[in-house]
Amino acid sequence: MAKKTYIQAITDALDIVLEDDPKTLIFGEDVGKNGGVFRTTQGLQDKYGEDRVFDTPLAESGILGLATGLGLTGWRPIPEIQFMGFSFEAVDQIAGQLARMRFRFDGLKNAPVTIRTPYGGGTHTAEMHADNLENFFTGIPGLRVVMPSNPYDAKGLLISSVENNDPVLFMENLKLYRSMKDDIPDGKYTVPLDKANVVREGNDITIVAYGAEVNEALKVADTLAEKNVSVEVIDLRTVSPIDTETIFKSIQKTHKVVIVQEAQKMAGVGAQVASAIAEGAILSLDAPVGRVAAPNSVYPFALGEDIWIPRAKEIEEKVNEILNY
Amino acid sequence: MANKPIVDFEAIKNNLSNVSKPIQVLNENAEITDQEIFDTFSDDDLVEFMKKMVWERALHEQTMNFSRQGRMGFYAPTEGEEASEMGTVLAMKKQDYLLPAYRDVPQLIQHGATVTEAYLWSRGHVVGNKFKARSMMPQIIIGAAYVEAAGVGLGIKKNKEEDTIAFTYTGDGGTSQGDSYEGMNFAGAYQAPVLFIVQNNGFAISTPRVKQTAAPTLAQKAVAAGIPSVQVDGMDILACYAVAKAARDYMVAGNGPVMIETLTYRFGAHSSAGDDPKRYRTKEQEQPWFEKDPLIRLRKVLEDKGLWSEEQEDKLVDEYKASFKEAIKEADNVAPDKVSDMLKRTFEIPTPEMKQEIDKFEAKESK
Repeated sequence: MAKKTYIQAITDALDIVLEDDPKTLIFGEDVGKNGGVFRTTQGLQDKYGEDRVFDTPLAESGILGLATGLGLTGWRPIPEIQFMGFSFEAVDQIAGQLARMRFRFDGLKNAPVTIRTPYGGGTHTAEMHADNLENFFTGIPGLRVVMPSNPYDAKGLLISSVENNDPVLFMENLKLYRSMKDDIPDGKYTVPLDKANVVREGNDITIVAYGAEVNEALKVADTLAEKNVSVEVIDLRTVSPIDTETIFKSIQKTHKVVIVQEAQKMAGVGAQVASAIAEGAILSLDAPVGRVAAPNSVYPFALGEDIWIPRAKEIEEKVNEILNY
Repeated sequence: MANKPIVDFEAIKNNLSNVSKPIQVLNENAEITDQEIFDTFSDDDLVEFMKKMVWERALHEQTMNFSRQGRMGFYAPTEGEEASEMGTVLAMKKQDYLLPAYRDVPQLIQHGATVTEAYLWSRGHVVGNKFKARSMMPQIIIGAAYVEAAGVGLGIKKNKEEDTIAFTYTGDGGTSQGDSYEGMNFAGAYQAPVLFIVQNNGFAISTPRVKQTAAPTLAQKAVAAGIPSVQVDGMDILACYAVAKAARDYMVAGNGPVMIETLTYRFGAHSSAGDDPKRYRTKEQEQPWFEKDPLIRLRKVLEDKGLWSEEQEDKLVDEYKASFKEAIKEADNVAPDKVSDMLKRTFEIPTPEMKQEIDKFEAKESK
């Protein structure tokens, strides 16, 4: 057990899957000698060699096509898209080819590919570097989208993602990379896919969140606890598919819900959670569903991020509004 | 100031057109233009090539018939491209990987899929994708097979599979899509054994080759990726086979990828879905290509050698067509796809919601 950052937890997971399965391969832009632009793959090429951890030409469709082809020949690729905004270049390979592989082959062949990519704002990156594109990718059948909110989950979910034969888009929050530490067990452990986590139990209201917003929700829960309001916080962890069972169970107890996402409000994860609640648990509610999300603008330039991304203050306001409904 | 430009761009541009003649063994008058390559073929080889082209032409004719009867789904006619398709695919070995485009169904059948499966693919039934061959299903996105082929090639190299390469196909239009460059560039960077084949039939649906690119040849598009490339007379099966085989031999010796541009022509429409070539092609333009029919030229050679006759060909065509009629009967007997099965094959580990949907559809389907 050691205190580790989100990024160190991810490096740990990659080290374990490379060690465990000689068919795993890490490749992408600058992942080799440079260890990735965030140093996520630091030391892995030295340890496993250039055959297992290697740099690619700078072309995202090529990187994902490489993954598809390697998957077809028996390898287990873990490609990296350097920044999520660059994944638009690879949409055909991700959505049109990879996610459909098993379906097209009627299960004869799998595409055991885990695509890692950093996303999310608050670090003042250049344009096209921070976009929260989960709303876009969660609409693709055949693709799991995993978004860990803390170092412990990041390691366990990444190992589960790589070991799974279905393709996974594994989104790593840029802001969290170095801003939080957890006690991380040494060696291998897994966190299950498709399962939400009740990170804090409470009785008065449920907050459903994922990614960096889970930590904002926990801040709100702390603040409100001082006012004797008991907040339950659910971390989705896998945002496609969504674990509705855990959400419904919580709502049946609290009867109130606020859904929080860092991405724009339009369509996507929060909307999916809200519609699932409307379909499956609406009679448990005694207030409207509350939603906190970024506005439906284009992703802002660096200096606009801090006022654009919803944080604890906005969540607290919405929670109070729903509590007082 | 002197008039001489600092850089003579016009000269550089003109030099781009300075390309060698396409490789050819038999010209359209069935005259041998390369005796050395011709002599590498035995009489049996020549007969075999002819049979394969007759098979593909018969497959085309019978499939068009089925199509007119409303018994097919999407079908991309192949008439005219027999030399390019059969010539290259006959250079393949069973262990090679194939990444075909939508017009390359005959190659997929040669590589191990059954005609029944091909017909089911055309109709849009998943059983049409369950062939045993080492192949992707025919690719619809015109550049996508190229990037995937780079991955297959690297996989072959990493698996240390000897005497194995990947064959992939696209058309002239496919070379305009960025993926075709990315695929060749990746394969070049990794020296992965991929044979990139561009079947240049002159038209991407209705867009002529001259509107596709200012490059004088499509073969030279590989040069930027550091890949050797060559143009071949795509109406000459001997040239197509000889070049594909030479490329394969070169690659299995541990060299990197190769690109081949075959100069061919589709005699009919882009697809059976109703596009009319008369809207974008003239009779005058087409006539010279019809005269280059790959079957006519090899037939002449064989007849001169006393190795072929009209009766022999008619008999073969009847046999082939009878087998295609059997194949479509088999396809007719395959049960329709089920939604519960679609849900089961989307993920290996079904999601909780899918488990519910599977139950729901299984209940419906059992009624």
